Amino acid sequence: MVQILDFEKEIFALENQIRELVSLSNMYDSVGDITHEIAKLTKKLRRMKHDVFSNLNGWEMTLVARHPDRPYTLDYIKYIFTDFFELNGDRHGGFGPSIVAGLAKLDQQTVMVIGHQKGRDTAEKIRRNFGMSQPAGYRKSLRLMKMAEKFQIPVITFIDTPGAYPGVNAEEKGQSEAIARNMYEMAGLRVPIIVTVAGEGGSGGALAIGVGDRILMLQHSIYSVISPEGCASILWGDNKKVAQAARALCLTSKELWKLNMIDEVVREPLGGAHRDHKRSARLLKKALKSNLKRVMSNSIDELIAKRYEKFRSMGEFTDGD
Amino acid sequence: MSWLDKLKDKSGIRKKLHKPEEIWFQCKNCAEVVYYAEFEDNLNICPRCDHHYRINARERISLLTEPDSFVEHNSNMISTDPLKFKDTKRYKDRIRQVTKKDIPHEAIVTGTARLGQHTIELCVFEFEFMGGSMGSVVGEKITRSIELAMRNNNPLIIVNCSGGARMQEGILSLMQMAKTSAALRKLAEKRIPYISILTDPTTGGVSASFAMLGDIILAEPGALVGFAGPRVIEQTIKQKLPEGFQRAEFLVEHGLIDNIVHRKKLKSTLDKLICLFKNLPTARPAVPESVLTPKKIQLRAEDLAPPRF
Repeated sequence: MVQILDFEKEIFALENQIRELVSLSNMYDSVGDITHEIAKLTKKLRRMKHDVFSNLNGWEMTLVARHPDRPYTLDYIKYIFTDFFELNGDRHGGFGPSIVAGLAKLDQQTVMVIGHQKGRDTAEKIRRNFGMSQPAGYRKSLRLMKMAEKFQIPVITFIDTPGAYPGVNAEEKGQSEAIARNMYEMAGLRVPIIVTVAGEGGSGGALAIGVGDRILMLQHSIYSVISPEGCASILWGDNKKVAQAARALCLTSKELWKLNMIDEVVREPLGGAHRDHKRSARLLKKALKSNLKRVMSNSIDELIAKRYEKFRSMGEFTDGD
Repeated sequence: MSWLDKLKDKSGIRKKLHKPEEIWFQCKNCAEVVYYAEFEDNLNICPRCDHHYRINARERISLLTEPDSFVEHNSNMISTDPLKFKDTKRYKDRIRQVTKKDIPHEAIVTGTARLGQHTIELCVFEFEFMGGSMGSVVGEKITRSIELAMRNNNPLIIVNCSGGARMQEGILSLMQMAKTSAALRKLAEKRIPYISILTDPTTGGVSASFAMLGDIILAEPGALVGFAGPRVIEQTIKQKLPEGFQRAEFLVEHGLIDNIVHRKKLKSTLDKLICLFKNLPTARPAVPESVLTPKKIQLRAEDLAPPRF
């Protein structure tokens, strides 16, 4: 079943209308030539999609980023890479199913792909813990990044998580340490790292695989210190104030780009990535390739220095002099 | 022996009359009875339930390498008996006895071979030789393979199948764990990939050293892998162990190994992984998968006798 968001309703109505007209003209000759009519409506549809999707507010953007039909890491892996071989486990007793990882080819180049995986159907959602990783997932990622470093394989990560898993056993296993350790190690990893925020960039759980040389962000994804719901309930004391919270947090790709937090916004197909996985993957692949080429032209020492500089310079303040 | 039996012997008729257990094979997992020839053609995997049975070192080598490309090293290296060890039998006698059998002269076969387009250093355990146990010879042969891998910049692949360290060589066996691990550290410094393959069983000192140190660790489906064997654990904790404990699937779920690979896909997987490590274009399979599936066996009238066990 296709899930339709509120602001998509008009688009869907128009799409249905066009579809009906097309089937009508195919079925009955008596209808006459209505191609002109159809073309007009198609044009209208494009304009409507464009208008709706270029003016999404923070909360609407959050809904698109969380859309259950949105492509997940495994979809991108399927459409962007070849020869993917999944690697599992942190080798210390943890499986980490909320993050998938493995070696693959991006055309001619071997890369290490690591990304959150939310799960498509109910069973998979539960198995993947809705993309909320345990410490094991981050430790697995780190183990594989270290392996990539050993064999000079660039790392490509995909961020799509509501956040790191808040649970008793996650705390027992040291969730904070796992996230901290990853940022610490990624800052000095001696291979290029390209990060893509593909859906939800949920706080520390996202950043744990989010330190890199180039930070890309899909047009309709979000990246934030806290979920709009969490922010609304803490600061407004009312978890219905999500729209205000989402606006205040500046979590859209456009706003983050203006704030200099990300390097590039990757265009999604008109109407959102959730409507066309293949096209979305093709656009992302192009961006990944050009960015990888760009970073690989640097020496690794330059790259690490620049990576440090990128994160060193984040923060707005005045010295007060 | 009657005159008829003698005649049968001479004419070779007798040789064709197999015992039922030589013709039929009953899977201990699914209890299906299948043709032995079919089972062997299927690489010792039950054609019905996919249960992987052990295969010996020679078969494993021919499964993983290009025909005639395997060059064995140190095939004559044999154990001495440094501790003058004696249990119910003397260690020396045990070795002498097992060496008489038509199997390799130690619990491991090592050599250089070709796998696809790659030259690799390959070590394969022979379980038939004292349960694949690791004594000085096994440790030394593995260490030499690691050193060769370093010298020639070849990836290293070890196919494990062992109960653990060899008690008959005492502390010398134990130290093979340290020796091989130390050598692997040098290999890692040279950034040469090492892929460890765990087959049923991989336990004790072998699992607690090189088997678990692979850059990538793969296991065959259902392989028993662990430090202490299930019997020892049961005796110690005085509890029944859960179903599937220490099996390959259990290991993946507990984050201890990278993945499980079916025996028929092992070679192509290794080829692909080495290509990925070396940033080479991956070879598309020249031989279609169908070639690997077993041939249909022609039934002979004499084989149709019902199986008896």
